[in-house]
Amino acid sequence: MKRNRLTIAILAAVFLLFPVAVTSDYYRHLAILALMWVVIGGSWNLLAGYTGQISFGHAIFFGTGAYAAGILADKLGLSAWWGLVLGGPAAVVMGLILGFICFRLRGPYFALATIAAGEICRLIAVNWESMTNGMVGILLIQSFRSKVPYYYLALALAGGSMLVFSLVMKSKWGFYFVSIREDQDAAESLGINASLYKNLSLAISAFFTGTAGAFYLNYMAFIDPEVVFSLPYISIMAILVAIIGGVATIWGPAVGAFIMVGVQETFRSAIFGLAPKWVSQSHALVFGLMVIFVILYLANGVVGDWPKIKRLVVRSR
Amino acid sequence: MTVFLQTLVSGLLIGGIYALIGLGMTLIMGVMGIINLAHGQLMMVAMYLTYAAYTYLHLDPYLALFVVMPCLFFLGCAVQKFLLNPLMDVETIIPQNQVLMTVGIAIVLTEVARFIFSSTYLSVRTSYSTKVFFLGGVSFNWPMTVAFLLAVALTVTLFWFLLKTDLGRSIRATAQDKEAAILMGVNSRRITIITYGLGAGLVAAAGCLLIPIFYLFPDIGRPFTTKAFVITILGGMGSTVGAIFGGLTLGIAESLGATYIGMSYKEMVGLIIFLLVLIFLPGGLKRLTKV
Repeated sequence: MKRNRLTIAILAAVFLLFPVAVTSDYYRHLAILALMWVVIGGSWNLLAGYTGQISFGHAIFFGTGAYAAGILADKLGLSAWWGLVLGGPAAVVMGLILGFICFRLRGPYFALATIAAGEICRLIAVNWESMTNGMVGILLIQSFRSKVPYYYLALALAGGSMLVFSLVMKSKWGFYFVSIREDQDAAESLGINASLYKNLSLAISAFFTGTAGAFYLNYMAFIDPEVVFSLPYISIMAILVAIIGGVATIWGPAVGAFIMVGVQETFRSAIFGLAPKWVSQSHALVFGLMVIFVILYLANGVVGDWPKIKRLVVRSR
Repeated sequence: MTVFLQTLVSGLLIGGIYALIGLGMTLIMGVMGIINLAHGQLMMVAMYLTYAAYTYLHLDPYLALFVVMPCLFFLGCAVQKFLLNPLMDVETIIPQNQVLMTVGIAIVLTEVARFIFSSTYLSVRTSYSTKVFFLGGVSFNWPMTVAFLLAVALTVTLFWFLLKTDLGRSIRATAQDKEAAILMGVNSRRITIITYGLGAGLVAAAGCLLIPIFYLFPDIGRPFTTKAFVITILGGMGSTVGAIFGGLTLGIAESLGATYIGMSYKEMVGLIIFLLVLIFLPGGLKRLTKV
């Protein structure tokens, strides 16, 4: 326990001092994105990893949060920062609607329904032009030119979300969540209101994903439906972040976020400009190959499969 | 009235092809219990193969069908053997691993196609692409009609295969009760490989039939994956008869939606049907007929 606290203190110090040590905007940008994915990956993990409700539709919440902030700024002329407060609740409302429809279904059916719901949301955002500007998207002006405020905001979000997730999982709720994942019928027979706790898990998950979406709008200052409601690049990416790090572990998604963003960027920049240019054009291909690779060889993630990785390294020595 | 009839006819014609797409998906669903989210992308691969055959070898799309179908059959077998079957042995918390894998395969296929052919819109314009004939005031598009008839022929062949041959019976047995099938001496791994191949072959046929009518680009797979998936749910997972009715229903519903609501909402009609079915009729059309 003591060692754990020490590790956390060191990590916190490293992350707090990161923008002081690294002045390159490029690396700061990558760190911000990675921290944002820590939030989303962790949210997915709470719903899917712990509660066992595999969602293929986290883009719904991300997009809702981003559009809630964007519409506030674009249509009502408010500051987009209000989105950071309202994006989460907006996503929760979407989450409860989704839960009302999809929690009637179990297992693979639930996963399928979330894909369809995600696609419906994307199509609504594309077609409801008076509200969302359709494919044109919403364009704002960034509040800060420096990356540092965004970095600390993202860090606060990531740290806050991880704290909440670990507290929830240590509380009674956490045990209810896991019991629902292991056997819903058994949990219900013990008097756990499965549908209430599934919705609670979904609401927490949606809240943080929505807040991350609102943060994304403030940071990138541009959204369109194909970006924020994307099935592969938001919903699947969220799953991948959690899987590569380790499903149903608190630290897994955090590790996974840094790995995913790092690997993606390595290929997007054509291995830091060393490889020929066609490598950078194939970053989407690499993303797909990574999905396949991770599921085949690292199905329990870096944190979950740590003993396996350790054994491999030790043996090869 | 003519407008309504016309809408119905064009919906029915496209529905026949949808049924073909849905049949492959439903077979895979039945035998392996997973949704194949790379289904439309397999069709996209078939369409590019047909396009290549037409442009470089001057092979008519309908003849190319006999080359492309076996090609995709083997591709499907390889995917199942090397990518999906190994996952059965991996112990994980998440049971939807194979579904996720198919998403990865879908992305890879799309991007490989983009790499080779770039994102440009391509088309195969045959001499009969725009030919039309009339029947009682309702126009029938030639390639659509041919495609519908070929789709029906393929469906009949598939049913004969499933009902009368030994292999077909093994597939049905595995779908019905895997454990029991294994006890009866069915090699279930081999059956899954053949089934995935068969599914890929069927969707390849749909691709060949669609290419004289549709534009071709790497992302065309995605809407068709969604459609296949809607059809499978609508028909009832694993039900072949259901998939046919599901395909026809989706075709007609989309066509009606496009005429009476708006072209851009065409895609949404299918998804809304999908959610309604999941809520009010989980189990799909199969539930109604008990077939």
